[in-house]
Amino acid sequence: MGTRTPPPFERFLDENGAMVMRFLVAAVGPEQADDAYQETFLSALRAYPRVRDDGRLDRWILRIASRTAIDHHRARARRPEPRATVPDRPLAGPEPPDGALRAAVAALPPKQRAAVALRHLLDRPYPEIAQILGCSEEAARANVRAGLATLRERVS
Amino acid sequence: MNSTDLPTMVSAADARARARAADELVRAAADRDGLIDVAIGTVASPIGELFVAVSPKGLACIGFDDQDRASLEDRFAGALSPRVVASARATDDVRRQLDEYFGGARRRFELTVDHRLMSPFVRKVMAQTARVPYGEVSTYGAVATGIHHPDAARAVGAALGSNPIPIVLPCHRIIGASGGLTGYAGGLHRKEFLLRLEGDPTLFPG
Repeated sequence: MGTRTPPPFERFLDENGAMVMRFLVAAVGPEQADDAYQETFLSALRAYPRVRDDGRLDRWILRIASRTAIDHHRARARRPEPRATVPDRPLAGPEPPDGALRAAVAALPPKQRAAVALRHLLDRPYPEIAQILGCSEEAARANVRAGLATLRERVS
Repeated sequence: MNSTDLPTMVSAADARARARAADELVRAAADRDGLIDVAIGTVASPIGELFVAVSPKGLACIGFDDQDRASLEDRFAGALSPRVVASARATDDVRRQLDEYFGGARRRFELTVDHRLMSPFVRKVMAQTARVPYGEVSTYGAVATGIHHPDAARAVGAALGSNPIPIVLPCHRIIGASGGLTGYAGGLHRKEFLLRLEGDPTLFPG
């Protein structure tokens, strides 16, 4: 009881797309977000006929998005290309107000970055973050705490 | 750094706009990878925008613009597959043939049909109905007789009313024994339009 066929995929996309995009812009950065978005929803579509709707498909798609985000970082780490987000010399003129925050978020370890985005951008409670990231609630809290500490240090 | 700064990094409105644009990439990749089980799209027509659904087995549904699309999509998800995705490409053949039909250039549809939204009885009624050619009409009683259920004219009427693929499966060609148009799930004005388009002169003298 309580589980049934998921909604038509178009509706699922419509209901969850903005949230997933918001998470991914923070978790992988604006340059990679569209790619990660496409990958996330294609993975979901592949699995979709086997999914049971437990009323919390938003957690399911965030789990896929988190995994995709963390994989993206691993794939980039293997490639020796430089990170475009952190310039080695200050740019001429003032940075956009959120530039420093963006750069600091981009420099976080991927799991901390995802955890911070889930907690402080999407307002998810810790038990949910633990489910989404596939870790204990304690580990979820530790990741958010460590991520925020680093951000505070780098963005004064 | 305050934790409340983070939401300013990506506003919900920006994320929404960006997601809607990226949805197109998702749909295109889904089509390319063969992940669409029910392709949906719309077709402009003189009787209002039509909502069409095509599966790999063929055309599954045509809806009129006053039908509730959400409940049609729910029906596809339950009866066919929840992988319901918009695709202009996959619905293009249906669009082209409907355009030709409404332009008077097509009298027969060359489309394979997905019968899964029909019960066996409805399927039988539709097969009999499909024998009535363009420009001609038949009656509920004649269809009932044709499927060897001569007493079932009323059930035939109900079956025609549940036709998931109107226009292509020509339930509009079935009328009352007295010559009245009787009924149509899409509304009598649409039935009349289709019969006029097909031009049966005996129906609308003068």
